[in-house]
Amino acid sequence: MIRTALLVCAKDLRIEMRSRVLLWQVLPFGVMALLLCGIALGPARAGNSSAGPGLFYLVTLLVALLMINRSQSVEKTPGTKASVATLGLDPAGVFLGKSLALASELWVTGVILLAGSVLVLHTSLHGAILALPSVIVTLAALAVAGTLYGALTSGGDGAATLLPVLALPAFAPLLIAGERSFSAALHHGGIWRWWLILSVALVVYSAIGILLYGVLEES
Amino acid sequence: MKQLSQRLFGPLTLTAMGVNLVLGLWIVPPDKVQGELARLVYIHPSVAWVALYVSFGTAAISSALYLWKRTRSVVMDRVAHCAMEVSVVFIALTLITGSIWGRPAWGVWWVWDARLTSSAILGVLALGYLALRRANDDPQLRARRSAVFGVLIAINVPIIHFSVQWWKTLHQGATVFTSNRTLLIHGIQAWTLLISFIAFTMLFFWILRYRYRLEVLRENIAGASLEEALSARRREGAQS
Repeated sequence: MIRTALLVCAKDLRIEMRSRVLLWQVLPFGVMALLLCGIALGPARAGNSSAGPGLFYLVTLLVALLMINRSQSVEKTPGTKASVATLGLDPAGVFLGKSLALASELWVTGVILLAGSVLVLHTSLHGAILALPSVIVTLAALAVAGTLYGALTSGGDGAATLLPVLALPAFAPLLIAGERSFSAALHHGGIWRWWLILSVALVVYSAIGILLYGVLEES
Repeated sequence: MKQLSQRLFGPLTLTAMGVNLVLGLWIVPPDKVQGELARLVYIHPSVAWVALYVSFGTAAISSALYLWKRTRSVVMDRVAHCAMEVSVVFIALTLITGSIWGRPAWGVWWVWDARLTSSAILGVLALGYLALRRANDDPQLRARRSAVFGVLIAINVPIIHFSVQWWKTLHQGATVFTSNRTLLIHGIQAWTLLISFIAFTMLFFWILRYRYRLEVLRENIAGASLEEALSARRREGAQS
């Protein structure tokens, strides 16, 4: 399973390196969304906002939706599914590999957006560095849940519009826990409770994915 | 015997609902603090009980049974689908009755309370389940995906249940029992509350049964229409 996961992860990351969709499409969208958040708050509040962590996660969620769609669309190339079936790859490994690749992409995006929120929304740099471990766990949980939801909605009618409808409400608890842990890091509060919730979510989604991804891929 | 119990279930449900209505609206005395407003306690908690636990429980268990190969059958898929559809109605009723109580008690129709928000999110997820079913034409693919989603949604139910303890926002905590299982409501209030829980649970299963029958009929009609269209095409082919 681990070998399959590493293979699939390397394949997805290689596709990303070659296509540069993350660099030229997803990241500019994320930066633009962050700027729009500042514009929506207005010049007086954008630079002194306690909403910084929430806005950071909101933008990250929007970016994550694009990346989940992208992660599933690379499997849509004619013959890909048949090849995976013929190779007899372990579905749990495929799930973990796709999740790991998505998490890696989200981590890169998260760090850039975090720097952007320090710059644009004047979030404290020290607080942002303290929040980094919790951001990594939150984005990993988002990646795992996102891979599951991506597989659920792929291929059907209106898959691109269905993904936000299904995934955003499910991501809400992750958004809340992520925002609270970020805010706690900014105000030197206790972050362990939120870390625990995020870690439990990561484990639960991973376990469900390992168990059920094969069912979604059955033909 | 089975036929008789099925026939009696409807009248029994209606009787239980009637008894609940009479007791809750007329016989039980008004509350010392909240007055007549407290009568909503004989509707809102039992509707929420059905919405969160009974209907979602039914949908989640049926979905899990569908995913398990030994119990996989179209019946499980249908039950999960119908239970989810009924749950949408009960979640909407939960939010509406909660708002009716919230306006005089809190002064607003809606607050950003953890229980309210998480319940509304569950409602959107249930609607998402129905959208997911509509998005897939292949019955087997639809059933598999819906079953996985049905299990995934169930994660939110414990979050909603414990939200009043974790976040400690405006919504009250446990109403019937304390954390050490001591009864908080006594006498006729307790009995009326118990009857309301039983009545609404029966109402759920009654609606579910009819919704299930409707689904079977719909599938039969869809199958018959397809068969009819194929026969017409065959006849056209034979003539030409």
